[in-house]
Amino acid sequence: MQISPFLFGDKIMNERTADPILTTEGIPLKVSLQKAERRNKIRATLLVAPLLFFILITFLIPIGDMLLRSVDDSYINTVFPKTFEKYKKWDRQGLPSEELYKTMFFEVKEGSGYSIGKATTRMNYAKSGWKSLLKKSKRKFKKIEEGPYKEQMIAIDKRWGDMEYWKALGVMVDPTTAGYYLNAVDLKYNVDKEIVQQKENRRIYNHTWVKTFKVSLLVMFFCLILGYPISYLLSTLPLKYSNLLMICVLLPFWTSLLVRTVAWMVMLQQKGVFNNLLVMANVIADENRFKLMYNETATIIVMTQILLPFMVLPLYSVMRTISPNYMRAALNLGASPLHAFWKIYMPNSVPGISAGCMLVFILAIGYYITPELVGGKDGQMIGNWIAYHLKTTLNWGLSAALGAILLGVLTVLYWVYNKLVGIENIKLG
Amino acid sequence: MALPAYTTTGQRIGWYSFLTYCGLVFFFLIAPIFIILPLSFSASPFFEFTREFMNLEPEAWTLRWYRQMVGISSIGDTTVVSNKWMLGTRNSFIIGLSATFLATALGTVAALGLSRPNMPFKGTIMAILISPMIVPLIITSAGMFFFYSKIGLTHTYLGLILAHTALGTPFVVITVTATLTGFDTNLIRASQSLGADTMRTFFKVIMPLILPGVISGALFAFITSFDEVVVVMFVGSVEQITIPKQMWAGLRQEISPVILCMATCLVALSIALLTTVELLRRRSERLRGIKLRN
Repeated sequence: MQISPFLFGDKIMNERTADPILTTEGIPLKVSLQKAERRNKIRATLLVAPLLFFILITFLIPIGDMLLRSVDDSYINTVFPKTFEKYKKWDRQGLPSEELYKTMFFEVKEGSGYSIGKATTRMNYAKSGWKSLLKKSKRKFKKIEEGPYKEQMIAIDKRWGDMEYWKALGVMVDPTTAGYYLNAVDLKYNVDKEIVQQKENRRIYNHTWVKTFKVSLLVMFFCLILGYPISYLLSTLPLKYSNLLMICVLLPFWTSLLVRTVAWMVMLQQKGVFNNLLVMANVIADENRFKLMYNETATIIVMTQILLPFMVLPLYSVMRTISPNYMRAALNLGASPLHAFWKIYMPNSVPGISAGCMLVFILAIGYYITPELVGGKDGQMIGNWIAYHLKTTLNWGLSAALGAILLGVLTVLYWVYNKLVGIENIKLG
Repeated sequence: MALPAYTTTGQRIGWYSFLTYCGLVFFFLIAPIFIILPLSFSASPFFEFTREFMNLEPEAWTLRWYRQMVGISSIGDTTVVSNKWMLGTRNSFIIGLSATFLATALGTVAALGLSRPNMPFKGTIMAILISPMIVPLIITSAGMFFFYSKIGLTHTYLGLILAHTALGTPFVVITVTATLTGFDTNLIRASQSLGADTMRTFFKVIMPLILPGVISGALFAFITSFDEVVVVMFVGSVEQITIPKQMWAGLRQEISPVILCMATCLVALSIALLTTVELLRRRSERLRGIKLRN
């Protein structure tokens, strides 16, 4: 006999007898199903767990750790703990008391050269001059045996009597700071911990942020106007031909980024293929060769070629699903080909456009290798400054802050991308 | 694709200019890659086509740079053996293959879990697992540089392998999940009802069906590691040379045509990998019964 169950409250009921349906073990069916469901959930989670754990340890925690550096300012407090303790009591009106001078004196004299050196790098960000002052003092303090210290210190270097230096210490009293974030947008704390603009000649980041967005948008735009027609062609051609042409899109995708960058150097440099061809064809004179390498133009050209496959693949996969009958119908009803394209085909391909554009923009905004190699001076993006502070100036706080802002922007874009396209729909060929 | 007989001249011109435009875009994509092939045989130490080279004069063509690449070069009469490129090749393969193995194993298992209908927080977890592909390499490298040095993994092969594994897993997860969409779960039930245990079901039923996805994921992971330079620069030591690192150094310091030889070899490698992936994709579509159009 067929039993058709129905739901009563949260119980699965037998329709005829109105009793809860039981399994062969005598457990209500609902409970048994839930149990099986839970077991399946646990099983699925267990399969994902190893990779999730691995990514957490090798990828997410390192990035989180780096982000903490962007606000961390505790090091200096460990080098001059007593000085900072006393410093908090100073009224910031006249010069500090003899006691504060004395504490500072001993902590400089007895501290290790290495840790003081590291701390003065930080102090120099707050007020330049601290580094040389402490270096000099460390050497000369050895000769001072007894107090009063205030006068002797000022005698060694009159900067010890300068209120500005003492005030600047106040910026570093807290173990956390927003200073690096301020620097990342061309602001800074002055000695009174008020937010002011950087000096004219040190304002570089706002300009770089704007440039990064500009280059990314241009690359996205060029990828779209180059990628849209070929995706259309690929999706309308018979599969025999389109598979062959698809190789042209996929081969760059599989070719090493550095190889493609080298190839572009060969193409674009002053004596490169492109300029040579133009000279040979008498389009330009030998001495008027275009400067296509080591500038922003080069960054844009090369990045467009490198990111173009990421535009074509999602566009192609959307366009393949647009039935050619729509266009035929529109043409049949009297629309001109352009009108039909604009009103019928274009709106249908919007999911592909948004997926491609977002992916290209997301990948472009954090680019580092290509601008570094072909960008020269004015083609540098924010990624290059992060690397510069990481490797050259060792201002890790600033590079972490720049990275955190970039990561923030990317997280928002990634979230939108995930909502719009769904991350599992990324096309890899 | 032939145009129908009723097309007007205007439409004809439009169509052919469209084709020309597309041709130029394909040229833009492909030409730079192939331009380096002949140049790697040029005797000129600069990346340029000399007149002698274009006229096919024998002394303008040489295998010198290839000899240098495999470690033989002669300055005057003495033969200098410098094997930086070969060392780089060896390291690249060691790191690449180990990272690929780890990434494939972890990624495949995770994709199996993610494809189950009852996986909790699927979207969020997927987004996290894919993130190594999205986060800019310079940020990843910076993070790894600080954290790995804390736990003593910088300047070790293990550190580089772990880092590259993390970068490679998203590709495996994506390709295997894609192969698993439309996977007929009745096959698993059938296998289990016939008495196979979980492991046997996995290796005899699931694995053969998802194998194309697994292999293309593995190849993506391999090429990602093989091409990666930023993490190697920050996490690796000076002696840990890989091919891309040596190329980077070559581009920044001494621009030597040996770079072009290595680039040519890498292009050959990418053609081989691409062909494999394409063949696998078609096989997978055939296996899963997706009929090709036309």
